[in-house]
Order: sequence, then C-alpha cells, then structure tokens
Amino acid sequence: MLVLSYVLGRLVQMVPVVLGVVLIAFLTIQLVPGDPVRIMLHGRATDEVVAAAHARLGLDQPVPVQFARFVWNALHGDLGTSIIQQAPVTAIIAERLGPSIFLLSYSALIAIVVALPLALLSASRHGRPVDHAIRIGGMIGFAMPPFWIGLLLMLLFGLTLGLFPISGYGRSFGEHVVHLTLPSLTIALFLAPILIQSLRGSMLEVMTADYIEVARAKGLSERRIMAKHVLRNALIPTITVLAVNIGWLLSGAVIVEYVFSLPGLGSLLVRAVGFRDYPVIQGLALVFAMLVVVVNLLADLAYMLVDRRVLRA
Amino acid sequence: MVVAVSPRRHAGRVARELAVWPATLKVGTVIVATIVLAGLFAPLIAPYDPFYQDFGTVLQPPSLAHPFGTDMVGRDVFSRVLFGIRIDMQIGFFTTYVPMIYGVALGAAAGYFGGWLDAILMRLLDIAMAFPFLVLIIVILSILGPGVQNIYIAVFLVAWTMYARLARAEMLVERNKDYILAARTLGFGPGRIIFRHALPNIIHSSIIFSMADFVLNILLVSGLSFLGLGVQPPLPEWGAMIAEGRDYILQAWWISTLPGVVVVITGTGLSLIGDGLAHRLGERQHGLL
Repeated sequence: MLVLSYVLGRLVQMVPVVLGVVLIAFLTIQLVPGDPVRIMLHGRATDEVVAAAHARLGLDQPVPVQFARFVWNALHGDLGTSIIQQAPVTAIIAERLGPSIFLLSYSALIAIVVALPLALLSASRHGRPVDHAIRIGGMIGFAMPPFWIGLLLMLLFGLTLGLFPISGYGRSFGEHVVHLTLPSLTIALFLAPILIQSLRGSMLEVMTADYIEVARAKGLSERRIMAKHVLRNALIPTITVLAVNIGWLLSGAVIVEYVFSLPGLGSLLVRAVGFRDYPVIQGLALVFAMLVVVVNLLADLAYMLVDRRVLRA
Repeated sequence: MVVAVSPRRHAGRVARELAVWPATLKVGTVIVATIVLAGLFAPLIAPYDPFYQDFGTVLQPPSLAHPFGTDMVGRDVFSRVLFGIRIDMQIGFFTTYVPMIYGVALGAAAGYFGGWLDAILMRLLDIAMAFPFLVLIIVILSILGPGVQNIYIAVFLVAWTMYARLARAEMLVERNKDYILAARTLGFGPGRIIFRHALPNIIHSSIIFSMADFVLNILLVSGLSFLGLGVQPPLPEWGAMIAEGRDYILQAWWISTLPGVVVVITGTGLSLIGDGLAHRLGERQHGLL
C-alpha cells in the first residue's frame, strides 16, 4: 500500500513539470521572430508553398487550438513533420535515440567504475595528501572543455596510436563499444569528478554513523568495514547523484556527439539549429526534458526499492 | 559594516585575513589574478596583433618568437589566447553574477514569504531544471539567433534558477531564527529583513556555488562558440580557436591544444577559489565540486 501511494504521489508530482515542459517545447516555434516557415525555407519559397506548409504545421490555427493539437499529437507519439528532412520528427528522433542512450549508459558506467574506488580512497584517507590530490585532480578534470579533451583523445588514441575509431557508431554491439569508447571517456572525465565529490561526502557521513562504530567495537578490520558497510551504503546515493546530474550528462553528450560525429540526439540538435529545422528542435527539446524527468523518476523509484525508509517520510 | 580605519590597521587586518586563508584559496587567487591581469594588459604583453595574418609564418610550431605557435593564417596563437581572456572572462563573469543577483533575491523572497510566490517559483524551477542546461540554451539561441548578445539573453533567462534554489533553501532555515523574529518584532519591513539581516547569512552557499558556475559558464561560452553558435570568428574566443584548429590537429596540434590548456588553468584556479572559500566561510560544500 505504502509503495503504491508513493509511486502515485511521485507521478502526480510530475504532472505540473511535464505540462510546463510541453508548454515550453510548444513555444519554441511560436516565439521565432518572423515567419518560421519562411526562415526554414530560406525565403526562396513561393507564397503557395509557404501557405501549404503553414497548413501542414497547423500554424494557420489560433494559438490555443495549436497547443491543444500539439499536446494531443504528442500523446499519440506524433511530434510533427520536418519540412527540411521531409520526414516525421518522431521517426527522425527515434532513429537517433539508440546511440545517445548507449553513449550515456557507457559514460555513466565508466564514471562509476573510476569514481567509486577514488571516492573510497579519498574518504578513507580523509585530509591526507591522497585526498587532496584526488580533489585537485577532480578540479582539473571538471575544468576541461569536453570538446577539447575529445579532440585530444582523438588525436592520441585515434590518430596517433590508431587504437580507436574517431567517428561513427558501428553496426554491431561490439562495434558500438569500440566506437563509443573515446566519446564515453570524454564525458566520464567531467562526470567522474562530480561523482567523486558527492560519493566522498556521503561516505564520510556513513563513516561517522553509529553502526560503523559498532562494527569497529566488534573488532572488524578497517578494510572489512570499508568494503562491507561504507561502500554498500554509499552505493545507494550514487543512483541519486547520477540522476541529479543527468542534465549535465546530456549537455556534455550534445557537444561530444558533435565532436565525434555520432548519430545521436545531440548532434541532431546542433544540425537542426544550423538548418533552423524548428519542428525537430521542438521535438528534441521535449524529448531531452522527458529523458531527464523519466530518469529522475526511475532513480527515485529505484531508491525507494533499495531504501524503504523514504516511504515513511 | 563600514568603519573608517587607518591605513596601518587596515594593512594589519589584510595580513590577518590572509593568514587564515586556506592554501587552495591563495593558489586559486594567484592563478585567477594572473590571468585577469594578463587579460587587462593584453595589448602591452601580446607580442603580435591578434588579428594580423602573416602568410609567411603559417602553422609554425611553438618557438621563442611564437610561444604558442601560429595558426593556419599565420596569426600568433599566444597573442590570441591573451586577448581571448578579455572575451571569455568577461562573458563568464557577467553570465555568472548577473543571474546570481536576481536569482538570490527571488529565492530569498520566496523562502521568506512562502505561500503562492514560493509555490510558483518552485514549479518554475522544476520546469527549468527538467531541461539539460546546454539544450535549453541552444534551443533559445535557435530562436534568437547565434551571437554573444543572445547568449547573454539566454543565460539570463535560465541561469538564475540554481541561485534561487540555493537561496530559498537557506532562507527556509534562516527565517525561523531568533534574530529574524527580533527584527520583525522591532517592526522592520520585509525588504530590510531579507536584504540587510538575512542576506549576509544566506549568500555564502551562492558565492561558493558561483565559482563552479563561473567555470561552467566559461565552458558553456567556449562550447557554444565551438559549435558556431557563440562568439564568431575572427574574434579570439578560446572555444572558437579550438574549433578553428580542429581540422589541423594532426599537422599543428598547438592551435587547438594550447588555448584549451589556458581554459583548464583558468577553470582550475576558479575551482580552487571555490574550494578555499567553502573552507574559509566555514560551510559545507555547495558547489558542484
């Protein structure tokens, strides 16, 4: 019962956010100064063509009607038609969703694998030189522009050493892994410092908890306490930290996909902006925001399953 | 509080303040001050005109004559990086501190008054945070068109949300404390209570976060310029320079690499200041790092 009401409550909380997100996505075309169709067609269209495009996009209707239609269609998975690509926006975006999700999961995985041991080391040597070195290393990683570090990784591992391809996505799962290694490393380089910082904090908190004192009093070795109690309890907040930072992850993915010419949502966004392909931009704004909302929802639910205490709060 | 002090006492105070600065704050301040000064005095320090194209010396590797080498049209990369400080630090500064002013004010007011103002603000924050920051900025730029002025507009529209959230959270704790109740009992108006009494106590977290935000904004501007949506060539913006060198990365690694190194040094300096401030102000960390 508690679980059900928690899930329902969480879903109800989402409603105003989703409505706001949909409204903002809808407004992207409305707010374009001048006629978005003429801008998209670069002014070389005749009046009939423009009028036809208006009718197809529904731009000839009153704004509230347009909004209602936008919501209705979006609920049915129809995000309109790209005039420039002559294809449904949903299909264009769906085609690009796979590489982006692969990239995000892969970078999150690398970031966790790097961040966990470093955070553990940092927390267990709290205030010692290793801790400071890890913190300052994190600051340096955080300050690296992803497009710059991407270029350098390309130059070193791709062009000079020839270990990894420098662009494209490949066809099979194995090829995806090889193609996405450098892009994922690039994203992980700025995600890992954020993860390390939060994990270190939560580990330090766990380390001063009463049950750790009890474990010490029982005579357990520090190593065992770290591995069994601290690490296990610090893993739970990792989910939350990752979810909170999903926005940064996606932001980083936009630039990294562009640098490595990956066929993902981010590079699609950059291209769509270049062509002023407003239906695609609008659809992407909606999809990106919904990704953030859904990931946060899933993280909260996962957290609830791991730690039932939130149900009583 | 502003108190007139004699120069000597003032010097003593500065020395005492410096003595309690953590090492990170000192090192960070030295790094950032050096970069800002180099930017201010760029016309005096820069060995060449950042726009001067010398086709006799294209793609020269770093040397004594050209410390950072030359680019594909023979411009001196070091001089361009120096002038780039003016562009990147200026945009980074304004995109950080302008939204901070009204973000903190709005968040503080919402936290103090509560009620419908708070409810509306919280919904707005939730919606703004649902969009990945860069995606939202790019979408706004797609409407307004590329360029620095529109980056300012886009960031000013969006970036205050983080500060509003921080200030609101702090205000919720602060507003029930005795000194606020005392100020209210004395009959002070909400404006005075929020800005004169509570603000000094709730601003720390925003100041600390602003250092990480400064780094992110420099990365944002250089990233947007890299994508061609920000500062336009031939202006010597760091991200735009990295983009220009991209096609020459194999023959001339320095065109892209060295401006990036300066970005990393600048960002690390700012992060060090943030870390030091967090210790100096005696707070738990609020920044991203």
